[in-house]
Amino acid sequence: MYDVIVIGAGPAGANAALTAEHYGLNVLLIDEGSDAGGQVWRVKSKSILSAPVTETSLKGDKLRQRVKSSEVDILFETRVWQIEQNEEHVWQLGLQGVCERSSVSGKALIIATGAQERVIPLNGWTLPGVYGLAGATALFKEHMILPGKNTVVAGSGPLVFFVASEIIRLGGTLSAVVTLNSRFEWLKAAAEMISKPGLLWQGVKWVFKLHIKGIPLHWQSALSSINGNEYVQDVDIIKTTKYGYLKRKLNVLVEADSVCLGHGLIPAIEATRLAGADHHYDETLGGWVPTIDQCGRTTVKYLYACGDNAGILGVQAAPYRGELSAIAAVEDLTGSTSETINHHNKALKSLGEEAAFGIAATALTIPKNGLIENIGKNVEVCRCEGITREEIEIELIKGSVSPNSIKSGTRCGMGPCGGRFCSESLAMITESITNQSREEIGLPTARPPLRPVSMDEISDELDYDELPIPGVSPL
Amino acid sequence: MSSENTDQIKRTEKISFTFDDQTVEAYDGETIAAALLRRGVIHLRNAPNSNTARGMFCGMGVCQECVVEVDGYKVEACRTKTSNGLIVKKVSYV
Repeated sequence: MYDVIVIGAGPAGANAALTAEHYGLNVLLIDEGSDAGGQVWRVKSKSILSAPVTETSLKGDKLRQRVKSSEVDILFETRVWQIEQNEEHVWQLGLQGVCERSSVSGKALIIATGAQERVIPLNGWTLPGVYGLAGATALFKEHMILPGKNTVVAGSGPLVFFVASEIIRLGGTLSAVVTLNSRFEWLKAAAEMISKPGLLWQGVKWVFKLHIKGIPLHWQSALSSINGNEYVQDVDIIKTTKYGYLKRKLNVLVEADSVCLGHGLIPAIEATRLAGADHHYDETLGGWVPTIDQCGRTTVKYLYACGDNAGILGVQAAPYRGELSAIAAVEDLTGSTSETINHHNKALKSLGEEAAFGIAATALTIPKNGLIENIGKNVEVCRCEGITREEIEIELIKGSVSPNSIKSGTRCGMGPCGGRFCSESLAMITESITNQSREEIGLPTARPPLRPVSMDEISDELDYDELPIPGVSPL
Repeated sequence: MSSENTDQIKRTEKISFTFDDQTVEAYDGETIAAALLRRGVIHLRNAPNSNTARGMFCGMGVCQECVVEVDGYKVEACRTKTSNGLIVKKVSYV
């Protein structure tokens, strides 16, 4: 049995694992990727032998080297599909992937599953050639490949400009960059980001690069439709009000074969929910977050959360959040020492300095009401099951108000992605129609598997001859 | 697609696999979805209910839009690596 198991080897999880190991604990680090780095410091595909280094690739390589040369046990290309805590508070995880073990147990569990993307549906968003903004960054970082020959980048927050800048760096063509945020919103955010002038300057350079290249940059605008039958052909770009409502007359049609679309990051909370932790809604942190203390202790004994899954604060804050949750686990398992206390105070101070930037960036992606109105009647909100906005509205009018009842009434969220892409949109539609708060609407019941799992992978240990079959009951 | 700065990027040797009846070249070890995107093949399946065209969307193994069939299993094309001679099929929901 391990002292500490960490799920997720991004900057938060990997640093948590390294910190726990530093204090002499027996640590296991699990990730579904082929190496440490997470989404933000994503490791390059093994098909790339060498490529120009970037700041991101350097940071990722440094972390991967630290993990490799540590005593931390590693399970990469491994997914956790089940999390349970037994009566002695021991964690038991169901695993699938290249590893030979199908389960593993540990005294403390640190969850660092990071963020997932919020993409607000619109007409045509299911067409091949439409990618999430975060999905596009995976194409650049892992594969160094472009999403298409001419691309429109649209959505909210800093990721719009990062994706646009990467497309230029890799030699691609941008048809347009469309940001829902206004220049004023960016100026406001910049004032709060001033504590990190280097990062702020990076953002200014991204925008400047677009101007130099003469790429149309649409401020305070949105896509109203992505058009095409089998592939993306063109997109409609429309000015919006500051609340995101479309100004119907100010419409531009732009040709493109691909679209990168995203409306901010939301905490990936499936794992902390399955583990039984309490969660609450906080839009400034990206939405539903596990309720934690400043070190990442959740409401469940020996369960910790760090990194963006505990609230979107970004990559700068993540390593310190990882350290803090590991220190908490060390102190809970073996008691505190002057070293852990000093380390805690130092990490907490650094986290405070980094968090302001993350909060300001997240504020740019708080969903605007108008975008929900833009989801047309026939737009598939649940991509897996093909459930349209109209079907959801009918279910709401029939009286379904909770995500569980809408799910069982329509199958919205019951497809293979497990509701990970529609539950946010479903809640926003429910909020706009029923006027309930997101806290009141709540979340659907957390259930395994955390990721799709094949039946023979989870049942390979079953031997029918060993099943205890009770004798026939006497009649 | 074709316009990356390829002179600065060194990749592994080319291998080939099949996607239904097409032979597709790939760099050894890259994912099925990346190799197909490089050849402009992005329509990977049709949705079971609406029958609309679908392709890779989240790029990180969450959305399940890019699932293809390998050895009778549905796998995520964005996370499954290519190898020489790999037989990849479009999934069918019939």
